[in-house]
Amino acid sequence: MELVEAIILSVLAASTPLLIAATGELVTERSGVLNLGVEGMMIVGAACGFGGAWLTGSIFVGALFGIVAGTLMSLMFALMALGLAVNQVATGLALTILGVGLSGLIGAGFVGERITPAAHLNIPGLTDIPLVGRVLFGEDAFIYFSIALIIGVWWFLYRTRAGLILRACGDNHISAHALGYPVLHIRTLAVMFGGACAGLAGAYLPLAYTPFFIPGMTAGRGWIALALVVFASWRPGRLVVGAYLFGAVTILQLHAQGWGVGIPSQFMSALPYLATVIVLVLLSRARTGGSTAPAALGTVFVPDR
Amino acid sequence: MQAHQRMLDPISNGLHSGESPLLRTVGLTKRYGDFLANDSIDIEIWPNEIHALLGENGAGKSTLVKAIYGLIQPSAGEIRWHGDRIVLSGPSEARSRGIGMVFQHFSLFDNLTVAENVALGLDGTESFKDMSARLEQVSKTYGLPLDPRREVWQLSVGERQRIEIVRALMQDPKFLILDEPTAVLTPQEADQLFIVLERLKAEGRAILYISHKLEEVKRLCDTATILRGGKKIQTCNPRLETAASLARMMVGGEIKEVKAAAGRQTTIPRLVVNDLSLAPDEAHGVWLEHISFELKGGEILGIAGVAGNGQDELFAALSGERLSNDPGTVVIEGIAAGHLSITRRRKLGAAFVPEERLGHGTAPRMKLSENALLTGHAASGMVHHGFIDTAATLKTVDRATETFDVRKAKRDPEAASLSGGNLQKFIVGREILRNPAVLVVSQPTWGVDAGAAAVIRQALLDLATAGAAVLVTSQDLDELAEIADRIAVMFHGRLSEPLATRDATREKLGLLMGGSSLEPKEAVHAVGA
Repeated sequence: MELVEAIILSVLAASTPLLIAATGELVTERSGVLNLGVEGMMIVGAACGFGGAWLTGSIFVGALFGIVAGTLMSLMFALMALGLAVNQVATGLALTILGVGLSGLIGAGFVGERITPAAHLNIPGLTDIPLVGRVLFGEDAFIYFSIALIIGVWWFLYRTRAGLILRACGDNHISAHALGYPVLHIRTLAVMFGGACAGLAGAYLPLAYTPFFIPGMTAGRGWIALALVVFASWRPGRLVVGAYLFGAVTILQLHAQGWGVGIPSQFMSALPYLATVIVLVLLSRARTGGSTAPAALGTVFVPDR
Repeated sequence: MQAHQRMLDPISNGLHSGESPLLRTVGLTKRYGDFLANDSIDIEIWPNEIHALLGENGAGKSTLVKAIYGLIQPSAGEIRWHGDRIVLSGPSEARSRGIGMVFQHFSLFDNLTVAENVALGLDGTESFKDMSARLEQVSKTYGLPLDPRREVWQLSVGERQRIEIVRALMQDPKFLILDEPTAVLTPQEADQLFIVLERLKAEGRAILYISHKLEEVKRLCDTATILRGGKKIQTCNPRLETAASLARMMVGGEIKEVKAAAGRQTTIPRLVVNDLSLAPDEAHGVWLEHISFELKGGEILGIAGVAGNGQDELFAALSGERLSNDPGTVVIEGIAAGHLSITRRRKLGAAFVPEERLGHGTAPRMKLSENALLTGHAASGMVHHGFIDTAATLKTVDRATETFDVRKAKRDPEAASLSGGNLQKFIVGREILRNPAVLVVSQPTWGVDAGAAAVIRQALLDLATAGAAVLVTSQDLDELAEIADRIAVMFHGRLSEPLATRDATREKLGLLMGGSSLEPKEAVHAVGA
């Protein structure tokens, strides 16, 4: 029983950065912008988040540093891809390369330092319930926040007018512009939200997952988050399922190695991407019509004024 | 021109004395760099009026209505609403003042529902539920039925336009702009639209109506303003004009009349299609079902129909972009060609002009000479031992330029740099200069101005006179009536029996375009198809 609980706990912890980063990217892509720089924004968020917490001793300040760092990175993307209408794929890739280098520079001063990781909830009585107690009532704040975040995003996209306008921009920016919506403003806000989420997801790693910073510690999680958005076919509900599934695969891979199961670890690492490819094939086969992806995704928009 | 100086100034006519027009532009000018898209335009629009805005492509119609709808800011001049000067910050301000617009290229969102699309066009002060209820009520009141829960991609073109109109009506506009609303409708659908417009006019609203269809303007509109080259030429009463006199004002000169040579002889069958059926290659494509026709040399067959009824699929099957398993379904010059590639079909003497000029008819970023090579390499001696004969490709460009009056900045520019009409003249010219035995052409004058359209139609007639078989797909019934010997209609992937052009009245064609049969006995089958 204790092993099951431990596995669930570690799956939740491994899934949370994926969920937060992918939630941000989902909003960005729903507005019609493809930002491939998630990995870069995450790693800079990790470095700045750790730096903030190490300097002030506050996990909260660390998380804020991560959010601000991710947002600044995404603003750079917005300036290039939206303001100057540069190719979004190229800009996103450049952002990742920049982020990897920048995080090494920022983090150089505190590699090897340790902080006290984020505290876990503890409600006497509830947290002690066997099996479910620690899973439901003994997590860190990031995990609860990530759940609230995806519910909030779902509500925003499908229950508010602003969300409808955002989806409209992602479906057809020419129509949205013709109706008088400020497409580039809306997209800039969506990109900033994506950056903030990626920064927070990155900061989660040194603040809660492992209480120290090492360069490259995001280890491809940004790319998995990108795959996750496609896997979820741009739906918040499926995104939650996908995030925990992908998180579980990562943990399974560690345990499989421990138990000496003869599956190469590289194969396990490749599983999320393989799953995404399979889901894409299934989706396009089962498609009844319309488009699954936001129709304007990744296309450049220049309003005629 | 003297006969047309019947200037209709409502104030001096005393028609509206004492009132101010609903909307008025004074010296409205829009400049893009050195280019004057609108040059000091004055226009007045009164309540209870359907006002036509006429002009060729590039005359400045779109620019003018965009400025009135607040989508672009004028460089100079002003807009007056109820006599007061207004500056529109954007479409939402225009809408809140009572100016509505229905776009030519629909501003709809394919993956959103009808209700969501309508909500996006409103200012969002009422709840989604109230809005949906009002939507059903408005669509019922004006006889424009809509299901608010369906997603737009599932709807027909006519239904999509209904969304646009209902969306505009829900804001209770005093002034409604319609940009070429009937371009995509069947004659019957257009008639229904006219009933709605007459009703709106009777309710005291004003309508600004952009159209290329002059007969329609004469029927519907009370006033017409003609633009040419960004300037207002005049305002007149279209009911006192003829379609020809309106066209003259638009073009600024006589349009060459298209003339068929007398006594055109039909010869042997050059293009025969036998029971062609083909599954679509994309999710929402149209099945071609049992299409058969025979086209002789010296003959022009027109194919009418609302877009999206299988015309694109038929073109692909004829050109060889889609291959058939049964070679006998397409016979070119007596040879079964259903399984042959585009190049092999060209070698048999066929030539093809697709609807889309940029991206299908030409590679936009390649030079004209290179584009000439792309369709001419197989049969026109432009390639020797795998090497391109540049001189020969350039010669083709020069010949097309000369014969078809293609206007361009330099000898061999990129295809994308030509205007629509000139590029279309080049593409049609490129194929005709190959002296094809069979020419399949789709929408030959779509979005082309009247002068260029006349040149292209004449070229098609001349080609038929010279003995070629010509198949023309067009949504423009007037065009088909002008050049075709017989007209057939496509509906849901089926092709009707061709009618001789003299028997093909608008009513008959309209019925066929809407899916009805001309023989009452078979009506049930045809609708069920």
